[in-house]
Amino acid sequence: MMVRPTDELQAQDIVEPALDVSELSVEFPSRRGTLLAIDQVSMAIAPGEILGVVGESGAGKSITGLAVLGLLEHPGRIAGGAIHVGGRRVDTLTEKELTKVRGKEMGAIFQDPLTALNPLFTVGKQLIETIRLHTGMTKVNAEARAVELLQDVGIPAPEERLRQYPHQFSGGMRQRVVIALALAAGPRLIIADEPTTALDVSIQAQITALLRKLCDETGVGIMLVTHDMGVIAETADRVCVMYSGRVVESGPVADVIHNPQHPYTAGLMRAIPSLHDRVETLTQIDGSMPRLNARPSGCAFHPRCPQAGPKCVAENPPLVSTSTASAACWLQQGGTQ
Amino acid sequence: MLAFIIKRLSNAVFVMISVTFLAFVIFSAVGDPVDQMLNEQATQQQRDDLREKLGLDKPFLMQFGTFVVRAAQGDFGISFRNQRDVLDMISERFPATFELVLVATFISLVVGVPMGVITAIKRKSWYAEAMQFTSIIGISLPSFVVGIGLILVFSVWLGWFPSFGRGDTVDLGWWTTGLLTRSGQMSIVLPALSLSLFQVTLVMRLVRAEMLEVLRSDFIKFARARGVPARSIHFRHALRNCLMPVVTMTAMQIGGLIAFALVTETVFQWPGMGLLFIQAVTFVDVPIMAAYLCIVALIFVVLNTIVDMAYAVIDPRLRGADK
Repeated sequence: MMVRPTDELQAQDIVEPALDVSELSVEFPSRRGTLLAIDQVSMAIAPGEILGVVGESGAGKSITGLAVLGLLEHPGRIAGGAIHVGGRRVDTLTEKELTKVRGKEMGAIFQDPLTALNPLFTVGKQLIETIRLHTGMTKVNAEARAVELLQDVGIPAPEERLRQYPHQFSGGMRQRVVIALALAAGPRLIIADEPTTALDVSIQAQITALLRKLCDETGVGIMLVTHDMGVIAETADRVCVMYSGRVVESGPVADVIHNPQHPYTAGLMRAIPSLHDRVETLTQIDGSMPRLNARPSGCAFHPRCPQAGPKCVAENPPLVSTSTASAACWLQQGGTQ
Repeated sequence: MLAFIIKRLSNAVFVMISVTFLAFVIFSAVGDPVDQMLNEQATQQQRDDLREKLGLDKPFLMQFGTFVVRAAQGDFGISFRNQRDVLDMISERFPATFELVLVATFISLVVGVPMGVITAIKRKSWYAEAMQFTSIIGISLPSFVVGIGLILVFSVWLGWFPSFGRGDTVDLGWWTTGLLTRSGQMSIVLPALSLSLFQVTLVMRLVRAEMLEVLRSDFIKFARARGVPARSIHFRHALRNCLMPVVTMTAMQIGGLIAFALVTETVFQWPGMGLLFIQAVTFVDVPIMAAYLCIVALIFVVLNTIVDMAYAVIDPRLRGADK
């Protein structure tokens, strides 16, 4: 395995984590009662580390990202827990204070690069706007910095590109612009919400490689939200598997992939089609994730779990560390009886 | 760009000829102007002479052809009723209407756009609700009621503004303006307000609906994630993306207002084209009606062209050249 700056930094153990989420809960009050979208989720990202957050649609991965950014859509709200970005608590900030933190301490990359840029402003204008908002640079300096940023994210002829509008860029190039915007003020953390989902497969690999490179070079921590186990396997250092608003397993990528502890993770792994075997039908996990208002008792996965026992129905397993990873499953904690 | 202009111009010519033709067909069915112009004792000989003089004895298509050729040269003939040059009569009246409409449009944008933004971003606040409620009144009151109400309050009771007429005007040679004299400025306030009330409501509701739509879009969310302050998001990023329909509607409304400021002009005795047209209709004054319709059509064509060009200014995606 490659030695990354992360390993050294972690060894010194003095650097503040890029992101520290502890026991975060997010709820959506509705007419028919309050829905708990995120239930006591904890995760941490060291500087220069990529944490993959994986799960089915509705598992709460994107909401976790939005909660960190303080961009939960009304009526969603943080019901408990704490979020620290670079050692600073952000979940208690007012909207005004958050505006100063967003973009500066934490950047964001969204799924669809085609709609993430304002169509009426040149790419340069949007970059310079972001840089000047957070650094107070003069216009000339900000423009030079914008050229640098475009270079860093691999856009050829940056001086010319600066004067062009988003519609003059291809999808992959636009996502590079979005990444440059996220990096503009040198943040400690980037929330990348499905950054490759809307792109061609060939472009996907370029973008994930770019994220990896930027992470290593600038020491930014990245939360890579995706439902694509392949992207995680290629890019992330650690992975965090979410199911129905809870973290069910987390640990170093290699361990989680090769030795999944939780039956759900194991199911996800089996569902990745292999290049070597020719199969007629893809393996899938039977059933679907419960809706928020119909979350079953005990472990939320038990109705779909082939190994579920009475204890799984009765009681929700806590997330407990094993040798390398941690998993929330009774199988690892003395059986399901 | 040249191709665009040529295409536009040929479109415009086609539209103009169609409108002229329609106008001609309609007005030839309105009635016989000769009856209006001569008294009842006139002999058949006198009638025929007048017919010949006015060119009414010729076949329909020839009349139409003559009219088009002359109109293209700015000659709309002589008013049947006043025996005066039609173009002169209209160009006397046009500045009054045009200034009234411009001021009304200005008011509607300056008031309507910010109100639309505010009602969109502060949807739940009491003042946004109040504006929404008031706008229903604005949209449902007929404009003559508004005009009379304004006269009652501001002219009769308070005596702040004159209740009719255009005040003193300054002749600039090619244009007579009331905007440069004190009495002219005072006179335009009430009619412009009355004319703009409906527009304010329309602009406000349009901007509000567009804002709500745009504020949901990804690039707004991304702008927030970049740390762009709310003020800049609302008034720079979102508002500019709302402008297309506002520009379209405003331009079409300017055309509509010029053509149909009749009611307001009647209430305030404003010496504009609307009053002229009403009188022309009463007396079957075909040359005036035809000229009026042609000018209104021309205004619409010009405004449409301006709108198309404004689109390209607002939205870079529509600038065909730099692809």
